[in-house]
Amino acid sequence: MVHAVSAYDVAARVRDPELPVLTLADLGVLRDVTESGGRVSVTITPTYSGCPALDEMGADLRRSLLAAGFEQVEVRTSLSPAWTTDWISEDGLRKLREAGIAPPSRLGPRAAGPVPLNLVPPSRRVACPRCGSSRTAELSRFGSTACKALRRCADCDEPFEHVKEI
Amino acid sequence: MSNAYDGLVDQEDSHWAFGTGFSEPLAGVDRELPAGVDRADLSAYCLMLGDDALVLAQRLAEWTSRAPELEEDVALANIALDLLGQARMLLTRAAEAEGAGRDEDALAFLREEREFRNVHLAEIECGPFAGGDFATTVARLLVFSSWRLAQCSRLRASADPVLAAVAEKSVKELAYHRDHAAQWVVRLGDGTGESHRRMAAGLARVWPYLDELFTAHPVELRLAGVAVDPAGLRAEVDGVLDEVLAAARLARPGDVPPAARVNGLAGRDGVHTEVMGYLLAEMQHLHRSLPGARW
Repeated sequence: MVHAVSAYDVAARVRDPELPVLTLADLGVLRDVTESGGRVSVTITPTYSGCPALDEMGADLRRSLLAAGFEQVEVRTSLSPAWTTDWISEDGLRKLREAGIAPPSRLGPRAAGPVPLNLVPPSRRVACPRCGSSRTAELSRFGSTACKALRRCADCDEPFEHVKEI
Repeated sequence: MSNAYDGLVDQEDSHWAFGTGFSEPLAGVDRELPAGVDRADLSAYCLMLGDDALVLAQRLAEWTSRAPELEEDVALANIALDLLGQARMLLTRAAEAEGAGRDEDALAFLREEREFRNVHLAEIECGPFAGGDFATTVARLLVFSSWRLAQCSRLRASADPVLAAVAEKSVKELAYHRDHAAQWVVRLGDGTGESHRRMAAGLARVWPYLDELFTAHPVELRLAGVAVDPAGLRAEVDGVLDEVLAAARLARPGDVPPAARVNGLAGRDGVHTEVMGYLLAEMQHLHRSLPGARW
């Protein structure tokens, strides 16, 4: 069977169940899609160990690929290398901002050895996604999902979510 | 659909992001056992690491709806969720290495107290129930996450590819847990007279359980290259604790004798404190009363 779109394109368009403004490709959890004669193998990686959305992602991928005409779909999980917010695409960062969610800053490569202790929250500037002000403060280090923290803007007074850097 | 509740029961499982279907947490991960590693030892070691996370997740979940503020309720539940995720992968690995047909659920819900391998620090009662306190919970979380972070940092180089991958994921989560606990210790220790007193009491309560964290079990020593010898973690953990305590203007609890062992045995040997039975009763009763129950 000849498919109008590639398996990668179908998989890449599946949306994240918790951040539906992002596709799995935007989020960077879609690691690999291989296709051979109607058989598709998709590899995804969890954002957090206990992320409850992982099962849902697998089910959505399977459903979308079967609906697109692929006959056999296998979803694999890869734990290593571990996901980092640096894998969210530039497009993904923009979509988060447009949805009123402050995107994570880029962390870049991390040094090997012991993880440094942060006794005060890192002074990383998080701009308000509504008014752009950088006068924002953390209200809660944990938000509605494992990947988000809650902040408030001192200029427009609005609370907003922030995808925290990991 | 006549009301919102119908939607919870009459739908295909996969429609729910906070899914009810618990699929295998290591599905699709390459799980070949490394050559030359004793299966029983690898299984026992994964149980130790998995039980530490599972039992503390259960303790932290007890705070749900009881934390001092809503944000902390969410924080402790999120930390518990990370630890539960780590536990599921480790128990699945333990079951696989054991090769006796058990799965993560059988290990979590159908083992007896003497078969649990967690350290006592994870199980002791720190609150929210009688005799406990939020500051004690924070003290335990600081010590536990500093220790587990040091352990998982080293396990990233484990000869077992699954342990190495689980550790790599865990390190990022534990660093956040440790920072969260450390910031609370500083806020309470360097806060009011009352918060300082309670933070100091919390540290004194958990301090006797530190010694066990750095005492190697024979399984850990036999698994050189796969496991980490906990004795080697002490300097790093001490350094972190000293840095936090100094910022919190708290003294290191002095002259605290280690918690008693029974005939030289402790958590890693399946010998637990009195509260463990109650914890397991709470955690296991649903699965044992209604085998295979699903939401």
